[in-house]
Amino acid sequence: MFADSKIPEGPMADKWNNHKFSIKLVNPANKRKFRIAIVGSGLAGASAAATLGELGYNVDLFTFHDSPRRAHSIAAQGGINAAKNYRNDGDSVYRLFYDTVKGGDYRSRESNVHRLAEVSVNIIDQMAAQGVPFAREYGGLLDNRSFGGAQVSRTFYARGQTGQQLLLGAYQQMMRQVAEGKVNLYTSTEMLDVVTKDGEAVGIVYRDLVTGEIRSHSAHAVVLATGGYGNVFYLSTNAMACNVTAAWRAHRKGAYFANPCYTQIHPTCIPVADEFQSKLTLMSESLRNDGRIWVPRNPDENRAPASIPEADRYYYLEEKYPAFGNLVPRDVASRNAKTVVDKGQGIGPLKNGVYLDFSEAINRDGRDVIEAKYSNLFQMYERITAEDPYTVPMRIYPASHYTMGGLWVDYNLMTTIPGLYSAGEANFSDHGANRLGASALMQGLADGYFVLPYTIGDYLAPKLGQDPVSTDDPAFTTAVRGVQDQVDQFMSMGGTRSPDYFHRELGKLVWDNIGMARNREGLEKVVGEIRALRDEFWTDLRVPGNSESLNSSLEKAGRVADFFELGELMARDALDREESCGGHFREEYQTPEGEAQRDDENFAHVSAWEWQGPDQPQSLHKEPLAFEEVKLTQRSYK
Amino acid sequence: MSQSLNLKLKVWRQDGPSSTGTFVDYDVQNIPDDASFLEMLDILNEQLLEKGEVPIEFPHDCREGICGTCGVMINGRAHGPEHGTATCQLHMRKFSNGDTIVVEPWKARAFPIVKDLVVDRSPLDQIIAAGGFVTAPTGTAADANETPIPKEVADSAMDAAACIGCGACVAACPNSAAQLFTSAKVWHLNSLPQGQPERFRRVEAMVDTMEQFFGSCTNHGECTEACPKEIPQDFIAYLNRDYMKSKVANRRLASQR
Repeated sequence: MFADSKIPEGPMADKWNNHKFSIKLVNPANKRKFRIAIVGSGLAGASAAATLGELGYNVDLFTFHDSPRRAHSIAAQGGINAAKNYRNDGDSVYRLFYDTVKGGDYRSRESNVHRLAEVSVNIIDQMAAQGVPFAREYGGLLDNRSFGGAQVSRTFYARGQTGQQLLLGAYQQMMRQVAEGKVNLYTSTEMLDVVTKDGEAVGIVYRDLVTGEIRSHSAHAVVLATGGYGNVFYLSTNAMACNVTAAWRAHRKGAYFANPCYTQIHPTCIPVADEFQSKLTLMSESLRNDGRIWVPRNPDENRAPASIPEADRYYYLEEKYPAFGNLVPRDVASRNAKTVVDKGQGIGPLKNGVYLDFSEAINRDGRDVIEAKYSNLFQMYERITAEDPYTVPMRIYPASHYTMGGLWVDYNLMTTIPGLYSAGEANFSDHGANRLGASALMQGLADGYFVLPYTIGDYLAPKLGQDPVSTDDPAFTTAVRGVQDQVDQFMSMGGTRSPDYFHRELGKLVWDNIGMARNREGLEKVVGEIRALRDEFWTDLRVPGNSESLNSSLEKAGRVADFFELGELMARDALDREESCGGHFREEYQTPEGEAQRDDENFAHVSAWEWQGPDQPQSLHKEPLAFEEVKLTQRSYK
Repeated sequence: MSQSLNLKLKVWRQDGPSSTGTFVDYDVQNIPDDASFLEMLDILNEQLLEKGEVPIEFPHDCREGICGTCGVMINGRAHGPEHGTATCQLHMRKFSNGDTIVVEPWKARAFPIVKDLVVDRSPLDQIIAAGGFVTAPTGTAADANETPIPKEVADSAMDAAACIGCGACVAACPNSAAQLFTSAKVWHLNSLPQGQPERFRRVEAMVDTMEQFFGSCTNHGECTEACPKEIPQDFIAYLNRDYMKSKVANRRLASQR
């Protein structure tokens, strides 16, 4: 029996409006009688906290950072989409909706995507009103740039630091509520369990990372805005501390986990240089507006890039996809890079990259124009590689970047645990099997500013007059004991290997077998390999120090433990989905031209997995996807 | 071509806020010069853990110079020797084989040590809470293009808004002043049309909160020198100007009631 996705009735364009009218409201004076716990302070968490605080709710916000401003949304570079049609190039809410469903390879829920496109317009207005310094033209109006998967220019940006400026905007709104006493901050705390009573979420258990204390916190509703799980690959563009733990502990408490195999490998990252490497650095997709991607035609090419004549260069995206060229969606760009590198045409010392070349743009527009657009990115590249991208083409290669899968949520963003919501990258809802560039910031802010603040009232309204469950309740004390037991177990294991060692080894297994291309043989094999490594983890782990003070090895141990379970589920989900779609590419299912071959008859559904207990395989529930508006076609960007 | 370095580190180790700290010497061998400074610490920590010792706690997260989590004193300089670079973006090729490197946490009374190289920078959040925002509750804001902003103004606001809140300005300042941090946020918002209604209220509240925690600015300029985003010292002049004006402007507003 599958949970109800609560998609409203009526025509697509009216669903959200009708829904807002039909759901229950909490009157302004009663909002102060409710406590809401939000975990995570990125775009979704901070914007939800600010807005719910403004509405009058009592909000408690938990983040493992020392300041909420440090959440990983801050690192988003390129921009945020909105259907403003400021360029007069034919954009509309419907076109943004259409592009997003198509870009997601027809594996997202139409009603959610349409709502996202509708509120995108308000986000830009809201953020401009808050003083976000968006890029402007000389006339003072907002500037736009183009992003992959769209033929209109709808991306708003603030240099190469759009995520930073939007996050600081949301953070500042939230800090205003902190000063008003409507939002309480719990910094340097990590949520380690969701507490449920009679099937409903009633609070969380968290560890104070500075003192090591394990505490419980009671609330009428809980929101997880805890980001994605891209660090399951070990090397990714995510920040070091990004993890799946909050979402995974919720999954273990009964929340369905949807489409875990939908992971996005971003096409433009700096290639791996060495074994000691701790993370990969993204070079914004916006660079594809001006950079041309190529490799030498001859795999044995050894001339410097500038002295390779045009005829000997293979501009593979421009040749294969003349309509979209270098701006094909991310999954297509990534797979094509892998294809040429696998054929031995890769460049750089390890032959593990492709060129992203700005020489033509610099000749055309002048160095100062390129500098004005991308100077911070070029500078970052130069710092890391000691190469000057103004004179030598950048070397890039795909890397794990974003995860479309996540906690299953209904139209109200509620998980299968009543009272537990999930927002932003942590949920699965809007991007289908592939996310378009500049849509993550849009979704995080849509969820936090314009969706959750309405929908959460529908759950809370009938609870008026009920106090939050006491933290003395057995539901809390049992959860606290569980968390304490795991901490004690880690501290007493006394093995020989660090959490990082296991994370690195797990990452290799996941990248090699559940990365850009997957096949049955590899997926079946990797399940066993992940289990074997996990067994080793639980016998040979060493966590030094003590649990009564800051101990990053201890934090990491808990996160790696959850990545093991997630990695296995990713493999099983990828095995089950016998088709290719978006970021999920099964080698067995491809068109004669090597593109992803969907199977709409059998797989036009969301795969939502239900926890069955440790060492038991999760059971699969399927939410069928109905396409009323967008016609299912083979995606073509030619 | 990639080379490897052998280095001597002197690292500040301190168990907790009230413990006594001390420098501990470490020899690190064969560090690839393509490694970042933090990856060098990763390698050292992995070796410590293998020997059964407790790894060094150091602040870090995004490792791409934007989250503002990282930051240590390297040979007495906040974020180390490379100009306009956060610790995470500093690479070992900036050092030479045989170097001794002294690594300390941010040193400022307002930033108590949590453990080893990690400090508590929460007063910076309190400065923002005092007034570092535009009061624009979520709702139906006017169309974004209804308020044109000259490009030069938007660009200058962005220069200020680029601050990552790492606290290097405070750590580098002989007075532990936070003027550069505060002025960056004040200029970002006070220079924009959206920030005008609260302009003087904002600057007063933020400066007053700042002064509860931090020392006074005497224009040494060490802050800009250390800033990984190269926030110019000019903003401090703007801050002072607006603060002075606020003393008149706010009073005038009051007298009109």
